[in-house]
Amino acid sequence: MSTPFLSVRDLRVHFSTEDGMVKAVDGLSFDIEKGKTLGIVGESGSGKSVTNLTILGLHHPDHTEIEGEILLDGQDLLAASERELQRLRGNKMAMIFQDSLASLSPYHTIGRQIGETYRKHTGASKRESRARAIEMLTKVGIPQPDLRVDDYPHQFSGGMRQRAMIAMALVCDPELLIADEPTTALDVTVQAQIMDLLKDLQQETGTSIIFITHDLGVIADIADDVLVMYGGRCVERGTKKEVLRAPQHPYTWGLLGSMPSLEGPVDVPLSPIPGSPPSLLNPPTGCRFHPRCTFTEQVGGKRCATDQPPLELTAGRGAACHLTTEQRAEFFADFAGTRPN
Amino acid sequence: MLRFLLRRVVGAAVILLIISALVFVLFYTAPRDPARVACGKVCTPETLALVRQNLGIADPIPVQYWHWLQGVFFGRDYASYGHCPAPCLGYSFINREPVFGTIVDRFPTTLSLSVGSAFVFVIFGVGTGMLAAVKQGKLLDKVASSASLVASSLQIYIVGVVAMYFLTDQLHLLDRPSYTPLTDNPGAWFSGLLLPWLVLSVIFTANYTRMARSQLVESLSEDYVRTARAKGLSRRTVFFRFAWRGAMGPIITIFGLDLGVLLGGAIITEKTFSLQGIGALSVKAVSTNDLPTLLGVMMVAATAIVVLNIVVDAVYALIDPRVRLA
Amino acid sequence: MSSTDPLLDVSGLTKHFPIKGGFPIRRTVGAVQAVDGLDFTVAEGESLGLVGESGCGKSTTGRLITRLLEPTAGTISYRGQDITHATRKQLSPVRSEIQMIFQDPYASLNPRQTVGKIITAPMEINDINPAGGREARVRELLETVGLNPEHYNRFPHEFSGGQRQRIGVARALALEPKLIVADEPVSALDVSIQAQVVNLLQQLQKELGIAFLFIAHDLAVVRHFSQRVAVMYLGRIVEIADREDLYGNPRHPYTKALLSAVPEASADDTPARERIRLVGDVPSPVNPPSGCRFRTRCWKATDKCASEAPPLVRAEGSREGHLTACHYPEDAQSVAAVPKARTASSKPKLDKKTAEDPKAGA
Repeated sequence: MSTPFLSVRDLRVHFSTEDGMVKAVDGLSFDIEKGKTLGIVGESGSGKSVTNLTILGLHHPDHTEIEGEILLDGQDLLAASERELQRLRGNKMAMIFQDSLASLSPYHTIGRQIGETYRKHTGASKRESRARAIEMLTKVGIPQPDLRVDDYPHQFSGGMRQRAMIAMALVCDPELLIADEPTTALDVTVQAQIMDLLKDLQQETGTSIIFITHDLGVIADIADDVLVMYGGRCVERGTKKEVLRAPQHPYTWGLLGSMPSLEGPVDVPLSPIPGSPPSLLNPPTGCRFHPRCTFTEQVGGKRCATDQPPLELTAGRGAACHLTTEQRAEFFADFAGTRPN
Repeated sequence: MLRFLLRRVVGAAVILLIISALVFVLFYTAPRDPARVACGKVCTPETLALVRQNLGIADPIPVQYWHWLQGVFFGRDYASYGHCPAPCLGYSFINREPVFGTIVDRFPTTLSLSVGSAFVFVIFGVGTGMLAAVKQGKLLDKVASSASLVASSLQIYIVGVVAMYFLTDQLHLLDRPSYTPLTDNPGAWFSGLLLPWLVLSVIFTANYTRMARSQLVESLSEDYVRTARAKGLSRRTVFFRFAWRGAMGPIITIFGLDLGVLLGGAIITEKTFSLQGIGALSVKAVSTNDLPTLLGVMMVAATAIVVLNIVVDAVYALIDPRVRLA
Repeated sequence: MSSTDPLLDVSGLTKHFPIKGGFPIRRTVGAVQAVDGLDFTVAEGESLGLVGESGCGKSTTGRLITRLLEPTAGTISYRGQDITHATRKQLSPVRSEIQMIFQDPYASLNPRQTVGKIITAPMEINDINPAGGREARVRELLETVGLNPEHYNRFPHEFSGGQRQRIGVARALALEPKLIVADEPVSALDVSIQAQVVNLLQQLQKELGIAFLFIAHDLAVVRHFSQRVAVMYLGRIVEIADREDLYGNPRHPYTKALLSAVPEASADDTPARERIRLVGDVPSPVNPPSGCRFRTRCWKATDKCASEAPPLVRAEGSREGHLTACHYPEDAQSVAAVPKARTASSKPKLDKKTAEDPKAGA
C-alpha cells in the first residue's frame, strides 16, 4: 500500500447554531491513494458534504469548531493559513458541485469563469487563459468551444453546464477532485455521459477523486473504495466489491433494500429502513443508527444504545457495528435472500 | 436590447398619457367650478371670464384634454395672455406665466438637492452596508444595524431644524441653506446645499445600509460565491466580483425609485430649508388652488419616475446577462 | 382491459404553450410543443408509469389530466365522460375522484395550517361530511399513511421530509379518489425514506384499489411500482408496455438507451446490459425534429425517420399491448428470456407478501 495522498484523521466538525451545537462530523478517518476514487455514500445530514467543504476550508470559520487532521500530500490543511489554502484551492484540489446553475456565476461568461482560475494560479495572460478555457471545453466535449466560451451559464443545458464545471475544476490539473453529487440533478443518460467523462479524465490525469453520492448504483459505476456515512460517522468502509457484495453494516443493508432494481422479481415490497435520519443537534447515544436498526436485540442488552461501536479495520475493510462477524455474514445472507435483486 | 428599450419607451409614453388623462379628468370634473378653481384665490370677474374662455369650459372634457395635449406638443395660444410655446403644460392664471416656465425655473434646485443627497446616501449607505455584511455578527455590524434602525425612524423636519440650529446657528459650521445655481458660483452652490444634503441623506442612508447589508448577506451565501472561493480566489475578489454583483440589482432598482420620487419634489425638505424647488412649488400651487401648475408638477413627477424606471431596467440588463439575453 | 371501459382514456392529448414575441405588438410567434398527441389508458386499480427525462412532457401530462392545464387538442375521458374542456362545475364530481400528489413535500403544504386543517380542506371544499365527522376521518387517514393521529394539530415544519410527503398522500386520499396522479412523489426524498413512501403507495394501490398515473424519472422505481409503463421523449410516447415487456424486451432504441444508462448497485465490473451512450442533448420542444423526434440522437436513423413520424404500434415479435413508435425496432428478445407478465404463479405470492408486511393493514 502506497502512502495516501489525502489522509483525514479523526475529523470533528461542530457548528454552533441558535438551537445548539450541530455535530455534523464526529470522528471521521479515511485515506485516498493517488489516482483512486473514493465514493462517499450517505443521506442528507450524514456529514458527507460538510467533510468535503472542510477539506477545502470553505466552512464558516466563526461558528465552526474543527478538530483532527487533514493531510494533503503531507501538508496539514487545518493548520494552513487562508492564503495558503487559496493557493491550493482550484489548483491542487478542486471541487464540483451538484447544482450547476446555482454554482456558476450568472454574471460572467463560461470562458471567464474557467480562465479566471487558470490566471489566478498560473499568472497567465487574459489571452492565454481564454485559449486554455477553450482547450478545456474541448476536452470535456462541448461542441463549438470557441463560440460557446463566450456564453453565459444560463445559455447552456444542464449537462453542458456540468461539463463546464468539470472543465473549471480541472483547468489547473488538480491532484484531488471532490465531486459533491455532481450527477444527482441530471437525467440518467446525461449522468452516464458525465461519469464516463470523469473516468476518462481520471485515466488521463491520474487525479484522485472523492465522489459523494446517495446512489449506490453510481458508486458501483465509479468508485474504487467506498465509505458509508451515517449521522456524521463512518459506519462501513471497504473496496467497492467488498461493500456491495458483502456489506457488513445494517445501514448499508437498509440502503440496498431501499433501492428497487431493474432486474429480478417485481412484486416483492422494498425493505426500507424505518424512521428518519437523526438530528445532529441531539444525535442518538451509542451507535447513531440504533433507533432505526432492527438488529439491536441480536446484539443483546442495551449495548447499541450506550456504547459507540468502533470502526475496526482489517486491511481497510470493516464496519462500526456490535454484531459479530459471524452474525453479520448470517444476517446479510438472510437479507440477500429476500432482496428484490 | 435596443428593441427592449424601444418597447419600454413606448410603454412609458402610454403610461404618461394615461396618467395625464386621469389627472385631467380628476381635476376638471371636480364638483366645483373648474374655472373658479383654476383662477386662484384672488380672482376678479374679468379674470374668471378669461379663464373660462381659455380653458374652453364650454367644451366637453375630452376636447379640453385634447387642447391640453396639443399644447404639450405644439404649443397653445391663450386669449389676452399670449402664446404658450411647446411643451405647454398649461398656463397659470395666478403666476401669469406658462406652467412649464415656472417648472424650468424651479427644477435646478430640486435636481441639485436630489442628486447631491443621492450621492451622499448611496456612498455612505451602501458602504456601511458592505462593511456590516463583511463583519456579519460582529460589533461593527451590530452598531451599524442599530444605528440605521434609529436613523430610519427620524423625521426630516425634526432633524433638519435641530441640525440647522446647532450646526448653523450655534456652531457656524455650515452655511444657511440656500440655492445658488451651480453655473453662477460652484462654491456657494455647494455650501448652500450641504446641510440639506446631509439631513436628507440621514434617513436614506439608513435604508441603504440595511438594504445593502441584507442583499449582500444573501448573495454571499449563494452557491456561486462558494464556487468562486473553491477556485482559490481571494476574499476581496469574491466579494466584489461575485457577491456585490449579485447584490447590486435590487439596490439599483430601489435607488431608481427613490431618485424618481425625490426629483418630483422633496416637499418636506424644501419647506424645512426654504428652498424653492418643485416640492415647494407644488405646496404653493395647492394652497393657492393653482390647478394648471399642480397638473404640470404632477406630470413632471410622473415623468421623472417613469424615465428612471426605464434607466433602471437598462442598467439591470447591463448587469445581468439573464435579463439581457433572455 | 378490453372487456370494460378504462378508468382514464386519453387520446391525441396535446399541449402547446404559446411563445409571445415580436415588435412593436407582441403576438404568438411559436409554441413549445410540450405534449404532442398522447394516446394511453389507465385501467381501474392499475398503475401506469410515465417515465422520461426532464422536458419530455411527463409533468405537463399530469397537469393536463388533473385539468390544472387546459389541453390544446385531444380528449381526456374519465369513466367514459369527456372531461377535456369540462367547466369547473361539470368537473366537480370528477375532481374529487382524481387527486394529485406533488414532488416537493416542502412547498406543497401551507406552512401556516395544521396538518388537520390541510387534510380537512378538500372535504370542506367539496362539502363532504363523512360519517363520524371530518376530524375522525382525518385521524383515520393519518393512521392509514403511517402517521400518528395525535399529530392532528401539528404544523408541517414539525415533520420530516418523508412524513410531509405522507401528509400530502393523506390529503389526496381524503376524497377517496379512484385515480391519483403522482408527479415525482419520491424524488425529493432520501433513499431510505423513498422506499417507505413507495411501499405506502403500493399498499394503497392494492388495498384501496386506487389507480395511479405515476410520473417519475427513476426507471427502477417505476418498474417497481407500475404494472404498465409508458416512455416519453420530447412530448410523445415512444413505447408503452407491461413492465416485464418494457424492461425485459425494449423495442425502441430510446428505451434501450435509457435503461442502459441506469447505474446498478452491483459489484461486477462488467455491466449486465449493453452500454449505449446517447450523444448530445434533447432538442428544443420549440422546434422538434421532423418525423421521429428521437432521430437526431438515434444510431439507426435513416431518411425515412426524418420524413415520417413512426406510429405507436405493436412491432413484430412484441406481445399484445406492447406498442413501439419506431420504424426500425430493436430485435425482440426470445420469449423465454422475458419473464411472463403477471402470471398466475406470481399472484398468490404477492398476496402472501402483503399479508406478511407488518405495516400493511394499518
